[in-house]
Amino acid sequence: MSILSMTAVELSKKIKEKEISVKEAVQASLDQIEAGEKKYNCYVTVDPEGALAQAEAIQKKIDDGELTGPLAGVPMAVKDNICTKGLKTTCSSKILYNFVPPYDAEAADHLKKAGAVILGKTNMDEFAMGSTTETSAFGATKNPWNTEHVPGGSSGGSCSAVAANECFAALGSDTGGSIRQPSSFCGVTGLKPTYGTVSRYGLIAYGSSLDQIGPVAKDVADCAAILDVIAGHDRKDSTSVARETYDFVSALQDDVKGMKIGIPAGYFGEGLDPEVKAAVLAAADVLKAKGAEVEMFDLGLIEYAIPAYYVIASAEASSNLARFDGVKYGYRTEEYEGLHNMYKKTRSEGFGPEVKRRIMLGSFVLSSGYYDAYYLKALRTKALIKQEFDRAFERFDVILAPAAPTTAPKLGESLANPLQMYLGDIYTISVNLAGLPGISVPCGTDAKGLPIGVQMIGNCFEEKKILRAAYSFQKEHPFAACPGAVL
Amino acid sequence: MANIISDETIEYVGILAKLELSPEEKEAARKDMAEMLDYIDMLNNLDTSGVEPMSHIFPVNNVFREDVVENGDSREEILANAPAVKDGSFKVPKTVE
Amino acid sequence: MKNYETVIGLEVHVELATKTKIFCSCSTAFGGAPNTHTCPVCTGMPGSLPVLNRQVVEYAMAVGLATNCDITRYGKFDRKNYFYPDNPQNYQISQLYLPICRNGHVDIETSAGKKSIGIHEIHMEEDAGKLIHDEWEDCSLVDYNRSGVPLIEIVSEPDMRSADEVIAYLEKLRLIIQYLGASDCKLQEGSMRADVNLSVREVGAEKFGTRTEMKNLNSFKAIARAIEGEKARQIELIEEGKAVIQETRRWDDNKEYSYAMRSKEDAQDYRYFPEPDLVPVVISEEWLEEVRSRQPELRDEKMARYRREYDIPDYDIEILTGSKHMADLFEETIAICGKPKEVSNWLMVETMRLLKEKNQEPEDISFSPEHLAALIGLIGDGKINRTTAKEVFEVIFAEDVDPVAYVEEKGLGMVSDDGALREVVENVIRDNPQSVEDYHAGKKKAIGFLVGQTMKAMHGKADPAKINKLLAELL
Repeated sequence: MSILSMTAVELSKKIKEKEISVKEAVQASLDQIEAGEKKYNCYVTVDPEGALAQAEAIQKKIDDGELTGPLAGVPMAVKDNICTKGLKTTCSSKILYNFVPPYDAEAADHLKKAGAVILGKTNMDEFAMGSTTETSAFGATKNPWNTEHVPGGSSGGSCSAVAANECFAALGSDTGGSIRQPSSFCGVTGLKPTYGTVSRYGLIAYGSSLDQIGPVAKDVADCAAILDVIAGHDRKDSTSVARETYDFVSALQDDVKGMKIGIPAGYFGEGLDPEVKAAVLAAADVLKAKGAEVEMFDLGLIEYAIPAYYVIASAEASSNLARFDGVKYGYRTEEYEGLHNMYKKTRSEGFGPEVKRRIMLGSFVLSSGYYDAYYLKALRTKALIKQEFDRAFERFDVILAPAAPTTAPKLGESLANPLQMYLGDIYTISVNLAGLPGISVPCGTDAKGLPIGVQMIGNCFEEKKILRAAYSFQKEHPFAACPGAVL
Repeated sequence: MANIISDETIEYVGILAKLELSPEEKEAARKDMAEMLDYIDMLNNLDTSGVEPMSHIFPVNNVFREDVVENGDSREEILANAPAVKDGSFKVPKTVE
Repeated sequence: MKNYETVIGLEVHVELATKTKIFCSCSTAFGGAPNTHTCPVCTGMPGSLPVLNRQVVEYAMAVGLATNCDITRYGKFDRKNYFYPDNPQNYQISQLYLPICRNGHVDIETSAGKKSIGIHEIHMEEDAGKLIHDEWEDCSLVDYNRSGVPLIEIVSEPDMRSADEVIAYLEKLRLIIQYLGASDCKLQEGSMRADVNLSVREVGAEKFGTRTEMKNLNSFKAIARAIEGEKARQIELIEEGKAVIQETRRWDDNKEYSYAMRSKEDAQDYRYFPEPDLVPVVISEEWLEEVRSRQPELRDEKMARYRREYDIPDYDIEILTGSKHMADLFEETIAICGKPKEVSNWLMVETMRLLKEKNQEPEDISFSPEHLAALIGLIGDGKINRTTAKEVFEVIFAEDVDPVAYVEEKGLGMVSDDGALREVVENVIRDNPQSVEDYHAGKKKAIGFLVGQTMKAMHGKADPAKINKLLAELL
């Protein structure tokens, strides 16, 4: 078994058993990055010197018995909207092209303390706005399963890096599906935790009420191990929720007997690719065969999730992104006449078209005379969507659904029609509106050989249920390595 | 298309958002915004009367800090990313006429 | 010209006396070098998040209770969006929809009589940074030390009709807030700032006229002048048949005129929405009671108590309680040395004289109650006479010296050696036969001259009572 084909948990075990050194693992990842980046462009920034220096320090702590956790010595990547002290953090935007944060995001800090080695920062849709990683100012990322296809987005860099073995696992962020959808497209496992579970401190905000950091990994066990490390109550994030327990690994049990699984019938109608549909329903059958009670049901208000989401997320984004103005950090336009001209030129040159589109929409829906009709309406809709899920979770432990209506589209096909692209978020977006946890697990490939993911959604704070269901499923349907990426 | 977005609206939103769009971008923005608003108008089919707008998912209240100074002088770090600095301050175009 | 009435409402911003900023644990101390009291939160670094300072809420509640407001049990923060470099996030965290206090009032008294001024609301928000205009380079420099300093904004109803009422209202607010310890409320230093909303209408008219908002008012005098100036400007417009435009104007106190602050880049559309990074503030009955129970004695109560407890004139009570700092000093001093009347005299006469001389406010008094009490003790013990005491007090006022040590060091103490004094008095009697003769001839005033001569010979370090006694004995 080569180093790179191991999961994070397997690797750290080998490191602790002194079969592999941290440096060997890091060097293997760096070599893979060196080879893979020409094809995939998963990273915005790779930090070989930093990674090797960390490897040495971490090795010592492991040898001294200070670091014993499952991420000790594991080379990982971090999405480029999560601040890393001293390491450039750009949000894949020209406007932050040179920003070096003076502090670590809480989640990044947790990773470092657990002994993970940060290899670099992964590419993404600019400010996490997009579903393909094509809106990055630093070039699109390509899908390692087929480089003519997108990896999905916005955490496309993290997901493709895991698929391409350019890291053992990564952090992504999910505002409307940005972990789950690219995980599905790249054949990896990605989890979006319950809102408030992982601190947002240091996550460069897109839609503050929806954003969550989560793990992207090869399998469910790795996701649970990473979530154990990054989750926690943080007094620097007022929306952080103090949970009773942050132990997720104990949920990894191959047992779904009696588990009630609901499948929203409305998710399987028009617009869903037949191959995706078949794979997802087959996944449900696997769980059923293992003793779960699977049932179709009607989840209401499905069609209202996307419009409500785009109002809320764009409104928050228009305000969150106001701080990028050429005064305190990042890009400032070369020539300008006066303050307001400097603002306008800096922002117009610094932001890409998709970001501008959402800032314009968000500014409009909050502007005088429209706030009630759009913003408050969307917040009311959100409340009703939450109620729909509350009702569903009275009956079910887990809701099973596709992660995306199709497999990964070809590069260049999506951006021409923004609304069409937004509609692709149909299965993921309502989960963010309701603050729920969701996981995407690979469940097959289509005729073109592109991965398909099945999404399992839990009630708030019930990550353990979806982890158990996903783990049980993966026992029957193990993670398949990306054919092109294995060394 | 039900929503017609005027040039004035695009101009006005540009002032609010501090974005200066090229003529092509303006045209695209008009079209995109109208299309999105038409789509968003679907929300009007949903009866939300009597429903409280929900900004926070969880009823978490009263998250406070105590009034204790913890931060020291980190000016150097704070200014390190600034495009223009003078006398320990962020330098910007003149703000008064 | 028709008869016009001025309608005035005030928006008063008060910087709260917390140790740290509203959303981060940076110091609020004045006087640091630019940007030395900053962190990722108060400079709007990407990824930073605000966490509310509990003390800000408690100060706001205290002010609300003292101004008879309803305290909002379920409050929220909202974002006010506008671009300006002193505002690092390009939005200000404030409260629009659910401010912490509403529907209050304070009572004022002017020459026109007593009146109640309504308080529409009080909300919490963050202050902006400071912009310094660099003359040499034609640029501005941003200092975020003040960015995130907690403010409350007290919005009055349009209940005031004259500059007198405005000043009385501001004085009232200032005293309430100072007494609560929620702010020092110094206009000059900007810890209290007032924006004046003003309109005029014909006397008897029901509808309000169009109002303007005036900013940049940093003294009571400037406020009074601005009200007169803006009133005149609006009346002139109306008389000329022109319309008053609803706008924000900047008062130039040197030119005594207000100027429109409009700009085409200023849409005045703040796109308020609930701050997603902060959670609601829920005030329970218990919490409110706790804050209520900690409310200190406010001025009106203090005045009533002074009348009951101390034998000092009403006028003095008014002056003493006219500044929380002065009242504290008064009470702390009498706690040490008693003698309320004497303490009051030192504050009313010498202290007020020196303040006036140095163009200072009672808040600027920097001597300690211990030293004033010690001075009064020296007089009581006959260690120094009143003339010396006044001299020593000037030094206490300026440098807060310990009078006991100072008198010792400078040798200002009275000569307590009765033998030495008797010798001097005998010499004075011998050297001034004419005065002695006058005294015996019934000119009792002549004794004053002899006392003066004795004092002169003693270099002022003698007790006049003792001299009088000795003279009476020896003559």
